[in-house]
Amino acid sequence: MASVLCPEVTPPGFSFENHQRNAFLVKKGFPAPKATKTGTTIVGAVFRDGVVLGADTRATENTIVASKNCQKIHYMAPNMYCCGAGTAADTEFTTAAISSQLELHRLNTGRVVPVVTANMMLRQMLFRYQGHIGAALILGGVDNAGPHLYNIYPHGSSDNLPYCTMGSGSLAAMAVFESRWKPNMSEEEAKVLVRDAVAAGVFNDLASGNNIDVCVLKKGTVDFIRPYQVANEKGQRINTYKYKKGTTVVLNQRVIPIVVEEEVVRKVPGPDSEESMDTS
Amino acid sequence: MSIMEYNGGCVLAMRGKDCVAIASDLRFGVQGMTIATNYEKVFEIGPQLFVGLPGLATDTETVLQRLKLRVNLYELKEGRKMQPAVLTAMIANMLYERRFGPYFVEPIIAGWDTKKQQPFLANMDLIGCITVTDEFALAGTCGEQMYGMSEALWQPDLEPEELFESISQAMMNAFDRDAVSGMGAVVHIIEKDKVTTRRIKTRMD
Amino acid sequence: MAVVEPFAGSRPMEANRFSPYSDNGGTVVAIAGEDFSVIGSDTRLTVGYAINTREQSKLFRLSDKTVLGSCGCWCDVLTLTRVLTARLQMYNHEHQKVMSTPAVAQLLSTMLYYKRFFPYYVSNILAGLDAEGKGAVYHYDPVGHYERNHYYAGGASSALLQPFLDNQVGLKNMTNATKEPITRERAVAIIKDAFISAAEREIHTGDAVMISIIDKNGIKEERFSLRKD
Repeated sequence: MASVLCPEVTPPGFSFENHQRNAFLVKKGFPAPKATKTGTTIVGAVFRDGVVLGADTRATENTIVASKNCQKIHYMAPNMYCCGAGTAADTEFTTAAISSQLELHRLNTGRVVPVVTANMMLRQMLFRYQGHIGAALILGGVDNAGPHLYNIYPHGSSDNLPYCTMGSGSLAAMAVFESRWKPNMSEEEAKVLVRDAVAAGVFNDLASGNNIDVCVLKKGTVDFIRPYQVANEKGQRINTYKYKKGTTVVLNQRVIPIVVEEEVVRKVPGPDSEESMDTS
Repeated sequence: MSIMEYNGGCVLAMRGKDCVAIASDLRFGVQGMTIATNYEKVFEIGPQLFVGLPGLATDTETVLQRLKLRVNLYELKEGRKMQPAVLTAMIANMLYERRFGPYFVEPIIAGWDTKKQQPFLANMDLIGCITVTDEFALAGTCGEQMYGMSEALWQPDLEPEELFESISQAMMNAFDRDAVSGMGAVVHIIEKDKVTTRRIKTRMD
Repeated sequence: MAVVEPFAGSRPMEANRFSPYSDNGGTVVAIAGEDFSVIGSDTRLTVGYAINTREQSKLFRLSDKTVLGSCGCWCDVLTLTRVLTARLQMYNHEHQKVMSTPAVAQLLSTMLYYKRFFPYYVSNILAGLDAEGKGAVYHYDPVGHYERNHYYAGGASSALLQPFLDNQVGLKNMTNATKEPITRERAVAIIKDAFISAAEREIHTGDAVMISIIDKNGIKEERFSLRKD
């Protein structure tokens, strides 16, 4: 039995407790609301010594910009990052879940995790949910075998490509890649190409926009530049809309002061000073 | 009609200079019919920590109760108060767990980060996609109206009193153009050393 | 991104019915002053997530005293304004005078209601000077209901901008605000600021704003850049 002293341990995985109610509401004419979509341009390209990933930073709810500076390039492992398009929460939580498994894998094996491993884990997870987890991903990384770039679709299929694009701005971005990508580019060339590809999406696809993030992965180093470029500056307002005090009528007010009565600071030695945790 | 508009209501939060304000309207209705005009959608989770849960009222209350349980367990176990960022992650996980049968609420978290000594403001969609912001966050039936108002009125580094006027005016004028929100509003202004709660006078139609 | 529907093949095939309407976005804002009117529109024309053009003003100059702002289904806008211009010219030839703004307003309403059961899918705002030379703004629903107002926002970003105008032009919810007539400079500034805000948050609004200022000396036009993403 669950109690405060012994709380019930919730089973892992998704909960479907509201599903029956929500299905009933759909039947009664209340369709399920839409979650935030990234409405994205995400790209990736392989160059001479690594991989460059790029993304815009706009999240949309229908025709409204829900977030102007969201991060679509997600951390996976020290040698791997992953761009996400589709349902924002799905890309966020899927990459986070796999990222944690990759870290455990790295601790277990004690070596750099191959990019194929992450690719396979993501595919298996997405395939298990039959496309209901709406995450379209571009996985890029460098391991002992060199740079790798994978395109992963929501249903769990994937491509291994030298350059790829995803999201609503993928066609605009792919037009740039198809005309200008070439093998063995320098880092600077690749960065400019990735910027231009994302910019094509930012300016020509309405659901993509705001800033451009770029992440350069090379053997042993990661250079995450956020923002790489602010594609559009916000317009400068002419007036300032500050109000005189008392413009809004207050009916009643309650002020609760936060008083610190006592403060005790006890220094705790850092993790490096004591003997480190045994992780073998 | 979307189920998110069944009961009406909205929440708006704005960040200022060393302060953050969160406001909600007071209407509770069933579609077009107003039932109560004292239904707050912003709740106190800690002394300087507030969460707004606009959406379907039944889920507002269920999520709040489940949240309070989890916060209490956390604070008993850890022996310390919960930080806003932790609360945000907790709510996000709770909502994403129900990815395929969600609660119809869009939470907004406003609080004072006592560790970093700075304000914290975040919002998420109904399945827990977090957006932490330095500007403003909003949710509810008059979202578009509030975006228009906030985008024009908000500016960085507003003092607490200025922030109060801006957030109140933004919310009031927004919900006056929405049939299912309004009927009074309450504003909480969270600062380092105090929390001020104000009821404001609005149109009641 | 495009979501692939699971089991798409298991649903019965449905004939792809032709839809006569499309939504091409666009926003129009107008403010009437004592002896002038200001009307502005963005210049972005869209369909879905794509931009058709970045340089299409939605303002139509009907006379030296009247400007129509029109957006929605662009093909309907073109047809409506073409027929309206023709009707105005016929009036001009017949009566040897330019039609007054209130008369144009009534004519537009009649023309919209004429298509009551296959309406022009258009959001109209008419701005100009009335017979006494006072600023006038009229707004319409797609089937010809109209109303004279001091200010109005219509189109894709109307929900974002209308409360802002209520507050800053209508001085709503401000207790100690002094009610004095809005100046021309302030009206233009508010329209520009309104479009800056709309371009930030509404994806169909952007690129540039065209503003027409109508007073007894005629119509002055202004262009103002917005974000392009």
